[in-house]
Amino acid sequence: MARIAGVDLPNSKRIVIALTYIFGIGNTIAEKIIEKSGVNPDTRVNKLTDEEIARLRNIIEKNYKIEGELRTEVSMNIKRLIDTGSYRGLRHRKGLPANGQRTRTNARTRKGKKKTVAGKKK
Amino acid sequence: MSRSIKKGPYIDKKLYKKIIDLNKTNDKKIIKTWSRRSTIFPEMVGHTFNVYNGKKFFPVYITENMVGHKLGEFSPTRIFKCHAGSERSSKVR
Repeated sequence: MARIAGVDLPNSKRIVIALTYIFGIGNTIAEKIIEKSGVNPDTRVNKLTDEEIARLRNIIEKNYKIEGELRTEVSMNIKRLIDTGSYRGLRHRKGLPANGQRTRTNARTRKGKKKTVAGKKK
Repeated sequence: MSRSIKKGPYIDKKLYKKIIDLNKTNDKKIIKTWSRRSTIFPEMVGHTFNVYNGKKFFPVYITENMVGHKLGEFSPTRIFKCHAGSERSSKVR
C-alpha cells in the first residue's frame, strides 16, 4: 500500500494511472512525474520499492499543488468572485453555470436534479 | 480564446486618460462610463465608476480584487424576478 499525499493508491493499477487518483494530478502531470522520477510507468503499485515511492513523493511535494491545498485555492478563487460582486460570482451564488452556457435546457451539473414545473410545455 | 498578451489589456483610451488626470489631482470623482468592455487597471483602485447597464448607471467601487476583470462584469444587465409559482404552490387548490 503506497501512500502519497494522504491518498492510498490502488494496489493493482499501473503507477501512471494510480497517480491520477490524487486530486490535482491528471494524465499529463502523472506522465511528467513518472518521466522525471525514472520509474517504469508499467510497474504496479504494490511492486514499487520504498525508494521509488519516496522519489515520487519528493517530486510531487516540490512541484505541484495538490489535494487540500489545491481545494482551498479553488474555493478561495470562487469566494473572491462572490465577494467582488461580479457576474460570475453571482452565478456561483445561484448555483448556475458561470461561463455563459445555456440554461434553457441542460446545465444539469450545476442545477442538480430536475425539478418539474407544471405547465412548462406549450 | 483569450486575448493575445502582445496587445496588452484593453481599455478605452478616453477613460484611461480621465483616470490618469484624476490621479494627478488626487480627485475622487464618480466617473460615468458606457465602456463596460474596459479592463480594470490597478490605477483605478479606490475610484467609483457609474457603469451603464443598458438602463441606468450602476455604481461600482473598485477594489484590489477586481483588477484584471472588465467593468461590465460588475454591472448586471438582467433582472430575474422570482417565478410566481414558488409562493402559489403553498396554496390549496
